[in-house]
Amino acid sequence: MTAVNPATAAPSRVQTPLKRFVVEFLDSRVAVLGLVVLVLIVSSALFAPWIAPQDPYDLSKLDIMNGMLSPGSADMDGNLFWLGSDEQGRDLLSAILYGLRTSLLVGFSSTTVALAIGLMVGMIAAYAGGSLDAAIMRLVDIQLSFPAILIALILLAVLGKGVDKVIIALTAIQWAYYARTVRSAALVERRKEYVEAAQCLALPRQRIVLRHLLPNCLPPLIVVATVQVAHAITLEATLSFLGVGVPVTEPSLGMLIASGFDYMLSGEFWVSLFPGLALLVTIVSINLVGDQMRDVLNPRLQH
Amino acid sequence: MLVFLIRRIAQSAIVVAIMSVLVFTGIFAIGNPIDVLISPEADEAERAAAIARLGLDLPMHEQFLAFAKNALSGDLGTSFVHGVPAVQLVLERFPATLELALLAMIIAVAIGIPLGIWAGLRPDSKAGKIIMAGSILGFSLPTFWVGMLLIMAFAVSLGWLPASGRGETVEVFGIPFSFVTADGLKHMILPALNLALFKVSLVIRLARAGTREVALQDYVRFARAKGLAPRRIVGVHILKNIMIPVVTVLGLEFGSVIAFSVVTETVFAWPGMGKLLIDSILLLDRPVVVAYLLVTVLLFIVINLVVDLLYSLLDPRIRLGGAKA
Repeated sequence: MTAVNPATAAPSRVQTPLKRFVVEFLDSRVAVLGLVVLVLIVSSALFAPWIAPQDPYDLSKLDIMNGMLSPGSADMDGNLFWLGSDEQGRDLLSAILYGLRTSLLVGFSSTTVALAIGLMVGMIAAYAGGSLDAAIMRLVDIQLSFPAILIALILLAVLGKGVDKVIIALTAIQWAYYARTVRSAALVERRKEYVEAAQCLALPRQRIVLRHLLPNCLPPLIVVATVQVAHAITLEATLSFLGVGVPVTEPSLGMLIASGFDYMLSGEFWVSLFPGLALLVTIVSINLVGDQMRDVLNPRLQH
Repeated sequence: MLVFLIRRIAQSAIVVAIMSVLVFTGIFAIGNPIDVLISPEADEAERAAAIARLGLDLPMHEQFLAFAKNALSGDLGTSFVHGVPAVQLVLERFPATLELALLAMIIAVAIGIPLGIWAGLRPDSKAGKIIMAGSILGFSLPTFWVGMLLIMAFAVSLGWLPASGRGETVEVFGIPFSFVTADGLKHMILPALNLALFKVSLVIRLARAGTREVALQDYVRFARAKGLAPRRIVGVHILKNIMIPVVTVLGLEFGSVIAFSVVTETVFAWPGMGKLLIDSILLLDRPVVVAYLLVTVLLFIVINLVVDLLYSLLDPRIRLGGAKA
């Protein structure tokens, strides 16, 4: 990783906000480690079809004779099962890599969509004010007074199983956080001089909101979003574990953990343990990055 | 105060009404429970009879009106699977969930506050950093996976504690509870620990942040200058003042503990209402799902109201009248 882009660093000593952010972020070794691990995880999920030893969805490649192999053992042809196999003879490492894809897909896409919706709604609330603002915020308050898992359970009980449905449910849960964060940030920002100056220039409202207000409301939002990705991934795993999340045909990490649950009790721990560790490492690394971002972007701690 | 209460209750009634419409239409739009309930060999006449008995042949709005009328008198329908009133089924399971949630809260406070104060007094010490790292881990660990690890460690490998069920119960005022018997308590330890994990991390963070703030205040310095024992300063002067945010947040979190017990109860086969919900969703037992959700919504509204009132009692700076409820 190159910390400072040489092109921007060389000519002037002026600190752009982005540069200061990068430098301050690199202060914490733990956070950098988290970021490196996260990049590794995301890329191994992206490139799973090329690096996984086996295609876990291709039933013709599975041999029931290889069922429940313990970690590190090899089958008749000498193929090594690094992390063991499940009851159908599926290589667990491959299953985890593919499971990561589903988990990350659900986590990132639901966060992105929710972010977009929350951003829009929050901006409208902040800019419109009055009764529209009150109505939107009351809705947000009511939704946030119920725990996320309860809302997700209701929605999935209605929608049924499926990756797309889990994404919808997680989006519906998350938008309220962003709406609230954006609104409070926007209310502070719109009173600042630069907005006033832009208004004096008679710039169109649209331009003021999109080009001036929006970029300045982003920092707190990015922090919330980072932590929310981790939440979304955990929640998806939990829902899949409960049997209301993703279908068996597209196993996420949570699904893998759930299917290994019964074997765990009989001592075949690896089917459940390794997907769980993968999930844990993913979430911890996201949280480490998010924690450091919060410290760096927090205006109260800025010097 | 009275104005606040009236406004709040009126608002709550609207929320309950909206929720019941949403939940009803949502839940009743899914699947066809008849397919699950009747054996495939049943002939047409049997099918029709069953559909009529469950009221599934009526149009949706008529089903809802009948539901709403009964709901107002406390009848949320009869479970398709168990054949008993759904509310009764949910309420029967409630004590099991409640005692688990309460024990989890006690564990969260008993572990979280001392660790949080410790980390807050010495934020840069090794112990302080380890405690904070532990709390990040506690936030990151998925509840169900920790539950499985607990089972594997303490039930399967060590064999110290039972892995599932409620154990021996004793009826107190006609309600069965586990915490009164040694066997029941043994059954409770693992699930309660599991449920408490997330809240422990939360309490650590709150207590640490509070301690860091309070420890710098003049009255703490003064107490120190007066020569009070450190134990008394921490135990009385600091503890009292960090309790306000802890109590508020824990009160609000109590609802989420009850909701999250869905996960813990499934892992540990604890016969509470969370497990009932999951079983009912999987069996398409609509009345029970609706009953669970409405009972939980009511519970939440009551909890939030009580916490707001408690908050204003604990912290005189809060005025309810002006606050938007």
